Amino acid sequence: MFSRAYKTAVTVPPLAWVAVFLLFPYALMFCYSFWSVTPAQTIVHSWNFNNYKELLQKSVYWQTLLRSMWIAARVMLFSLLLGYPLAYFLSFYAGKRKDLLYQMVIIPLWVSYLVRAYAWKTILGSDGVLNTLLQYVHLTSHPLDFLLYSPFAVALTLTHIYTPFTILPIYASLEHISRNLVEASHDLGATPAQTFWKVIFPLSIPGVVAGATFAFLLSLGDFLAPLLLGGPSGIMISNIVVSLFGAAYNWPLGAAISLGMLVIVVSLLFFSERLEKKWSFS
Amino acid sequence: MSATSAQKPTLLSIRNIAKTFGRNVVLRDVSLQIAEGEFLTILGESGSGKTTLLRIIAGFETATSGEVWMGTERLDQQPPYRRRVNTVFQNYALFPHLTVEQNVAYGLRVARRPDAEIEQRVTEALEKVKMTAHARKKPSKISGGQQQRVALARALVNRPNLLLLDEPLSALDANLRRQMQVELKSLQREVGIAFVFVTHDQEEAMVMSDRIALLRSGELEQVASPREIYSRPATAYVAQFIGHTNLLRGEVRDGVARCGSLSWRTSAADGPALFSLRPEHLRPSSVASNGTVRVTGKVLQQAFHGATSLVRVECAEGLVLVMRTSSGALAAQEVELEFSPDDAIPVRESPERA
Amino acid sequence: MILADSQQRRTAPRANWLRLHASAVFAFLYLPIAVLILYSFNGQGVGGFPPHHLTLDWYRILFADGAIWDAVLNSLQVALAAMIISLALGIPAALALDRVQFPGKALFRRLVLLPLILPGIITGLSLLMLFNLTSVKLSLLTIALGHGTALISVAATEVFAGLQKLDRAQEEASLDLGANYWQTFWRVTVPNLKLPIIGAALLIFTLSMDEIAVSFFLIGRDNTLPLEIWGRLRRGITPEINAVSTIIFVFSLLTIVFWYRLRLRSQGTPDVGMELLDPSDGTSTQATKP
Repeated sequence: MFSRAYKTAVTVPPLAWVAVFLLFPYALMFCYSFWSVTPAQTIVHSWNFNNYKELLQKSVYWQTLLRSMWIAARVMLFSLLLGYPLAYFLSFYAGKRKDLLYQMVIIPLWVSYLVRAYAWKTILGSDGVLNTLLQYVHLTSHPLDFLLYSPFAVALTLTHIYTPFTILPIYASLEHISRNLVEASHDLGATPAQTFWKVIFPLSIPGVVAGATFAFLLSLGDFLAPLLLGGPSGIMISNIVVSLFGAAYNWPLGAAISLGMLVIVVSLLFFSERLEKKWSFS
Repeated sequence: MSATSAQKPTLLSIRNIAKTFGRNVVLRDVSLQIAEGEFLTILGESGSGKTTLLRIIAGFETATSGEVWMGTERLDQQPPYRRRVNTVFQNYALFPHLTVEQNVAYGLRVARRPDAEIEQRVTEALEKVKMTAHARKKPSKISGGQQQRVALARALVNRPNLLLLDEPLSALDANLRRQMQVELKSLQREVGIAFVFVTHDQEEAMVMSDRIALLRSGELEQVASPREIYSRPATAYVAQFIGHTNLLRGEVRDGVARCGSLSWRTSAADGPALFSLRPEHLRPSSVASNGTVRVTGKVLQQAFHGATSLVRVECAEGLVLVMRTSSGALAAQEVELEFSPDDAIPVRESPERA
Repeated sequence: MILADSQQRRTAPRANWLRLHASAVFAFLYLPIAVLILYSFNGQGVGGFPPHHLTLDWYRILFADGAIWDAVLNSLQVALAAMIISLALGIPAALALDRVQFPGKALFRRLVLLPLILPGIITGLSLLMLFNLTSVKLSLLTIALGHGTALISVAATEVFAGLQKLDRAQEEASLDLGANYWQTFWRVTVPNLKLPIIGAALLIFTLSMDEIAVSFFLIGRDNTLPLEIWGRLRRGITPEINAVSTIIFVFSLLTIVFWYRLRLRSQGTPDVGMELLDPSDGTSTQATKP
């Protein structure tokens, strides 16, 4: 139906743009990761594996990566635990208020990330809202300082930010379940609990996988929440990259870490895509 | 035929069921008895409330008023999963994440039957619907007709007292549909379970049912065997819905019905009257017959239907009659038709309902 | 609906637990925002319970704060430019994905969508390397290029979803009636995609206004609003930041209200952003059609 000229006109510009502004920069990053930097802070285009060797040898990188993944895993778990029952409630029990409540899940997504992270800082700080409230009602006499500047604060904030991202795909996959199947299950003698575990939950797995992937990957690469709320013990892998590109001025090493993150992200995406396919039956 | 169902003990008794959705009245005061082992069809146009009635029996809807009894047990207060009633859904509602085998086993699994028993009954059920070869496939990998069989097996394996079928054949193409009608009917005879079958297709209803319950705008018009409902329709609506008919509007006085220039002796009560006259009961008149009602008219149109043709004949005073004939094309433009008075069946009016 | 009602009655305890849980999650999602707004009126700093001396002073200080307003202006320029870039490339990209077969299509789709899920810093620093290599001076323009590139994904996904719902016969009818491709595009295709395009534009604008990870690396001399706020957060916080956050929040709300009013006029259109997150939709970051 569409002429050659039409096809060329819609294909070439985006393709060219993506090649120049996405593909080429990634390739450049790949190259950088094999270069090195002199003590005089100039980048030498000599190819070697030194950056990767350093990554493997220095435990600070490993520990930070593991901590980031641990924080991301917690965020994923909390988001699912908060998000799944809410999505299930919305889809099956909310009745007339379904639309309104659904919009209420979306609204926080439009609210500035920075603003929400900042809000948690003002709540969790040692003279923040929560601590002063606890003292005001005489539950504690001293501020609890573990609240802010800890991996806990980072995980809490990221959970707050990414829970809507997990609710929406789960809700979407629950909405795609034909209500006929639920009726068929009841008709065949399954109680509501049996129906949930044998029909509803298995059919919502693609949504769970998508939601979990969003929560994990988006929080894995986060660097603002750790800076704002993490303190020294809450530093994540992106913070190291940021400092290597800033004050520490070691672009090649930063590129190597970024490439590692890229590989992790892409392989997790690949893995979750396979998992979703395995559990979709349309 | 109606006699046989009356003799069998009653399995399910629907008493004065009414259902409203908001201001919309879907069912009003429906009462119906279903006998053990019978094949009952609920027939009606879309929006007549037939599916709602089925869903009330299954337990997916709650009636606004009225009761459903199975023997001495009140059914309508039980959740669907406690009722010994199973459903074959219109789109089959097979679980997409389970294989054919697992679908059929579902009801037995949730009832926690022993594994050996499950395996045996599932095997039997799959054999019965000739789906053994596809046991390990997912529903998306089998055809519509096959899905239909699996849905049947999945319901029947639980040995319900009553099987509900919600337009199960509507998604199939015409040939497969006719084949499934025959298969379904013989399967029903074989298992001896009562079937309540919902359809909008009067031909399907006629072919398969022991009795037909014709539903119109939420009320039952007539419940009778296919033969009776065809030959003795109770109302004008029934006569028109089942097959073709001519409706003759007239008046009865002193045992004589008058409709325009036509008149014949009738047993109907005096007053305004409506008669249903099937096209096959009209024929070109012959000298030999007597005691028939005769009318002349002009052939307007002939429609060829294979074994028979339907001929529209315009008579005096704008009366148009449809005649069924198997004798091929009528040559004459002017024809004289006749029918015997016994074939003009008095029917009740079917007033419009909101 | 009816089924839900009858089941609700039957399984009341379950529904009640779920309702309780839902209320708690909503509290978790909204409480921080409420606190933030409340304390923008607090005379005594960003923390401290109960709030004291409700005042509009912080807003007065904010309105007199030139640096913030410069940053707002910068951000608006960047967001507008990013929106134009993303739409100008995202719409053809969606058309290409919908109706052209070309080698490397699967890779192209993945590449376009990758910035959505990839940590922003990777997009940011890889572009930084590009600009460094080509000796392009960092400025608002480089930020706009970065945002525009990253957000092509949003435009492409929204428009692609719209195209999936578009009846191809409409375009065929237009061609049949003598309109050429260009006329058909402007007279049939675009009007049918009006809602997804507007939705994508709003989302791109909002995301760009809020973006910080990419901007972080591509920033020149002029700050965008988030970077300005970020800088102040590190210097110590006052309720002035609550005040500016409140204003951002109000503008976000206005955008949403505007979007919903627009959407109300054409029922059945899914929410903007929903396409990005729907796993069963072939266009999500996850699922890629073979």
